[in-house]
Amino acid sequence: MSILILAEHNNTEVKSSTLNTISAASKVGSEIDVLVVGSDIENIAKEIANYQHVSKVISLDNKNFEHAIAEKIDPVIVSMAEKYSHIFAPATTFGKNVMPRVAVKLDVAQISDVINIESEDTFIRPIYAGNALATVKSNDAMKVITVRPTSFDVVAKEGGSGIVETLNFESSDTFTEFLDREESKSDRPELSTARIVVSGGRGLQSAENFKLISDIADKLNAAIGASRAAVDAGYVSNDYQVGQTGKVVVPDLYIAVGISGAIQHLAGMKESKIIVAINKDEEAPIFNIADYGLSADLFEALPQLSSELDKLNSIEK
Amino acid sequence: MKILVTVKRVIDYNVQVRVKADNSGVEKENVKMSMNPPDENAVEEALRIKEAGKADEIIILSIGEEKCQETIRTALAMGADRGILIKATDDIEPLAVSKLVSKIVEAEKPGLILMGKQAIDDDSNQTAQMTSALLNWPQATFASKIDIEENTAIVTREIDEGLERVKVNMPFIASCDLRLNEPRYASLPNIMKAKKKPIDIKSAEELGVDIKPRIENIKISEPPTRQKGVMVADVAELVQKLKYEAKVI
Repeated sequence: MSILILAEHNNTEVKSSTLNTISAASKVGSEIDVLVVGSDIENIAKEIANYQHVSKVISLDNKNFEHAIAEKIDPVIVSMAEKYSHIFAPATTFGKNVMPRVAVKLDVAQISDVINIESEDTFIRPIYAGNALATVKSNDAMKVITVRPTSFDVVAKEGGSGIVETLNFESSDTFTEFLDREESKSDRPELSTARIVVSGGRGLQSAENFKLISDIADKLNAAIGASRAAVDAGYVSNDYQVGQTGKVVVPDLYIAVGISGAIQHLAGMKESKIIVAINKDEEAPIFNIADYGLSADLFEALPQLSSELDKLNSIEK
Repeated sequence: MKILVTVKRVIDYNVQVRVKADNSGVEKENVKMSMNPPDENAVEEALRIKEAGKADEIIILSIGEEKCQETIRTALAMGADRGILIKATDDIEPLAVSKLVSKIVEAEKPGLILMGKQAIDDDSNQTAQMTSALLNWPQATFASKIDIEENTAIVTREIDEGLERVKVNMPFIASCDLRLNEPRYASLPNIMKAKKKPIDIKSAEELGVDIKPRIENIKISEPPTRQKGVMVADVAELVQKLKYEAKVI
C-alpha cells in the first residue's frame, strides 16, 4: 500500500484536517507521501515532514498555485497517481473541490466523507445526513478517498523523519481566476476542532441577540456555531453553520440554544460527547438527543447561565 | 444561451429515513420523494438568468428510473422549457452520472451548467466537479451568488473559512448552495402548462456510457442511537450537572 495525501493549508499554517487525514491513511498502510501545493510553503513542507507516519513530502512551491484553484491542483495529483494505491484528502470544502476531479480523470469512483476504515478497500461513510451508515467496498484498482476530519485523531506533529522533495509542475491555464476571500476573523477556537461549541438557532431572533451566545462562548472558551436557519436569516455568516451541508463537529460539549433540531442540523453535531439543549418548546426534537435539556426562554436562561458560569469561575479562582 | 440544469429525485428532506431490516438499503416504499433541495436552487437560478435576458432556453436533465419524470415536471412547472430523462437504476454513481451529463452537453452545447452542490441521499458532493473535469470547463462549486457578464461570470463560493469569489470564463459549471436564492413555487396554471412540455427519454446504452457501479454496498446500517437524557429544572442545575456529573466545564 502506497498512499498519497493532499495537504490542506493556507500557505502559512497547516490545517488540522491534514493531521486527521494522515491519521486516517495510517490505518490503510505505512508508506505515506504528502503532497503540498502552494506558494512560499518551504516551512510548511518541512513541518509536515516531521509528522508521525510521513515518509515523504512532495512540495510544489510556485506563485501560480497560491490560491488552491481545483483545476490547477488535479493535474498535479493525476501526474503522480500511478505510484499510489490510495489517494486521500480531507472532506473539507478544499478537498471536496479537488478530489472528484482526480477520481474522474483516473476513471475511479470516489468514496466521500469516510468516517471509519475497515480495510484497504472497505470504508464506512454516512448517507442520508447520517441517518444511515454505508459500509462500501471499492472495486477500483486505485482508491480515491475523502475523510471526515473529525472522525479521526490528529497525528503527532513530531516523531516523523520524512524527506522533502521538490516538484516542478507547469500550471495549466484554467480560465478560473481567484478574486478575493472574506474570512471571519476570531480569537475563539476553530469551530471544527473546538472542545466546546455554543450554537444558536432561529430562536435568537436577530444578529444582535447572538451576543448572548458569544458571551457564553467567551466564558467557556468555546467556538460559536449556528443552525442553517440562523445563517439564512443573516444572524451570522455561513462559516458558522453546523449540519449536513455545513460543518460537522464532535466537541466534548455542544450547547444548542434556540435550535429545534432538524435532521439536517443533527447530522452535524449528534456525535458530540455531551449535548445540552435550551429551547422554549418542550416538544422540540433536539431534546430527544440531548443529554441535558432545559425547557426555558433563552432570553432568561442565557443571562442566568452567564452569571452561573461567573460564579463557577470565581470559586475556582 | 442554453442552460442545462440537473435534478435528482430523492427521499423528501422532511422524511425520517429508515434503514431496512435486512441492511440492504433504506426504505423507499410509500415514502415521499421530492427534488433534491439544492437542485431547486439550481433551477431557480437558471430561471432568474433567463428572466434577466441572459439565456433563452432551460433544459432539465434527470438520470434515474421512470419516475424521475415527475421531478423533471416539477422543474418544468417552475418555468423550465424542456426535459431529458436518461433511464438508469437509481443507485447510479456520480462517476457514471458525470459521463452521461457530458454526453448531453456534447449534443446540446449549453453555455452554462447548474447543479445542486450535493444530493441529500448519498451525500457524495462529486458530480459537478467530475463533470467540470471531463468537459475541461471551469468549475465554481458551492455557489451562493452568480453574476453573469459578457463572457465571464463572478461567483461567490461558500467555503469552510467564509466566502471566496472567483471569476470564470464561460461556459462553466456551478454547483449551487442552498443560500443562492429562494426557489419559487409553481403556480397552478404553470403546473398545467408543464404537462405539455416535452421530455426526451434516452438510455445510457444509446449514449454509449458504461454505468456499472464500481462501489459495492456491503451493508447499510443504523447509526448508533443516542439515549434521551434528562430534563433539568433550571440553569443552576444544568451548570451543576455539567460541572460535577458530565465534567465537561
